[in-house]
Amino acid sequence: MLDGKPPGERIPILKMGEFLLVTIQVEMHDRLVMTLQDELTHQIVLHRARGVLIDISALEIVDSFIGRALGNIANMARILDAETVVVGMRPAVAITLIELGLRLEGVRTALNAEKGMALIRRRLGQTGDLDGPRA
Amino acid sequence: MAPAPDETIGIHSDEDVVRVRQVTRQWSVALGFSLVDQTKIVTAASELARNTLIHGGGGTARLDELTDGSRRGLRLTFEDKGPGIADVSQALRDGYTSGSGLGLGLGGARRLSSTFDIRSAPGRGTWVCITRWK
Amino acid sequence: MVDRQSRLAAIVRQHESPILTDWIDLLAKSGGRTVDRAEVEHHARAFVRLLVEAMEVDATGKTDGRAWTKMRDLLADISASRARHGSTPSETASFVFSFKEPLFARLQQEYRSDAESLARELWTATLLLDQLGLFTTEAFRKSREDIIVRQQRELLELSTPVVSLWEGILAVPLIGTLDSERTQIVMESLLQRIVDTGASIAIVDITGVPTVDTLVAQHLLKTVGAARLMGAECIISGIRPQIAQTIVHLGVDLGGVATKATLADAFVLAMGRVGATVTRTAARA
Repeated sequence: MLDGKPPGERIPILKMGEFLLVTIQVEMHDRLVMTLQDELTHQIVLHRARGVLIDISALEIVDSFIGRALGNIANMARILDAETVVVGMRPAVAITLIELGLRLEGVRTALNAEKGMALIRRRLGQTGDLDGPRA
Repeated sequence: MAPAPDETIGIHSDEDVVRVRQVTRQWSVALGFSLVDQTKIVTAASELARNTLIHGGGGTARLDELTDGSRRGLRLTFEDKGPGIADVSQALRDGYTSGSGLGLGLGGARRLSSTFDIRSAPGRGTWVCITRWK
Repeated sequence: MVDRQSRLAAIVRQHESPILTDWIDLLAKSGGRTVDRAEVEHHARAFVRLLVEAMEVDATGKTDGRAWTKMRDLLADISASRARHGSTPSETASFVFSFKEPLFARLQQEYRSDAESLARELWTATLLLDQLGLFTTEAFRKSREDIIVRQQRELLELSTPVVSLWEGILAVPLIGTLDSERTQIVMESLLQRIVDTGASIAIVDITGVPTVDTLVAQHLLKTVGAARLMGAECIISGIRPQIAQTIVHLGVDLGGVATKATLADAFVLAMGRVGATVTRTAARA
């Protein structure tokens, strides 16, 4: 998945069966966020992924740009028939996002990767495809 | 105790926005803010730094410590010589659905700070100052 | 006013030992019953050392600059400690003001033959020590306030317990008004418990909340939103008929959060969601 960018300028995307797993472990500048958005969309199509799990447990800061990017990723994934779950948000980050006014209503969340995977599997198992109504 | 009397960071790239976050974090840790308060001020700093870069065409962020008797606070001042904001009160209203605008940046930064001051006019650049008291 | 010719710092540094001895004796004699000698000595030494250090760097005559931070911290500590031991604000401030006596005595010796310089130095010293003395009363007042604020917070925390009802189900019974300070505490406690227990459902019971206006509703929604970001769905329970009416009248949008009249109903709903059921195994008595 190298694309000519220097290391630290990419976020690795792991393929696990039908799922894509992204673990964000670096402080992301805006360009990197956009790169991730593009990469993920590309990978979802490429691998016909049904689920995307984004682990943000290492993120100490999620501001409106990153927050909105997560929302965008979830929306784009849905259009491509994939379910996205954001896992591991830290309490301080959650409180700050809410204060900021960003509720991320279009984004499913789970406490950790394990629960996130279970959630995606339940959603996929439930409907087979993702025509079910959104919560 | 603050790391230095004050610190100024130039904001001219995405990396600089990250740098502003990191330095704000260092300062807020040094001043003994709680984790939640640290997160709030760093996030506010990120919003304002981004605004300075994107809408102000680049500028500076300045950090210094405030004291009021035995109360301690952190002050951040963002300045740019960009186009300025025509209608500040409009900009402060959350317009994150508007796409183009300043979105949650200003309003969000205000909600996350103890105090918020802004001076801006078309052609006169923008000056935003936030503080977080311990 | 800057006095560039002030030799105050140099004089104190040069005669530190005798000045300290005189001062400590004075403090011991006049000190209240509540203060212990070793601590007084320790404070006095630190005070003189920091005074000299600050004066050497900052000759502006003002004590609010960065050079005086350590001194202000020391005075704040002394005030806080005295406040805890039951001293009065005056007793605490007089710790600083009493320094004038040994200092002025020394200055009189130094400037024996130069009345003008003596007057100038006395004035500079008075200005500095007055500011520092006043600072201690402010710090004293502030630390008393801090104690009260901390006690209030502890009370608030105690009155917002987060209870584990079942595996994966938490309950937060809110008692009293829900203001923004309270909301912060509730959010922090709840989110931490969600992390600790891996809960996926949080029942927020508002039986004990007297009124729900738009502000309270906003605070509730913030709490619900924050929990959701951590992967936990909320159920709001304890909605009295009047509350339901108010919510409708105010046009408050609860945003699709499940609501139940009683905690019991909310519990049954929560159990269903985690895949458990509640059944009665014995006939009603």
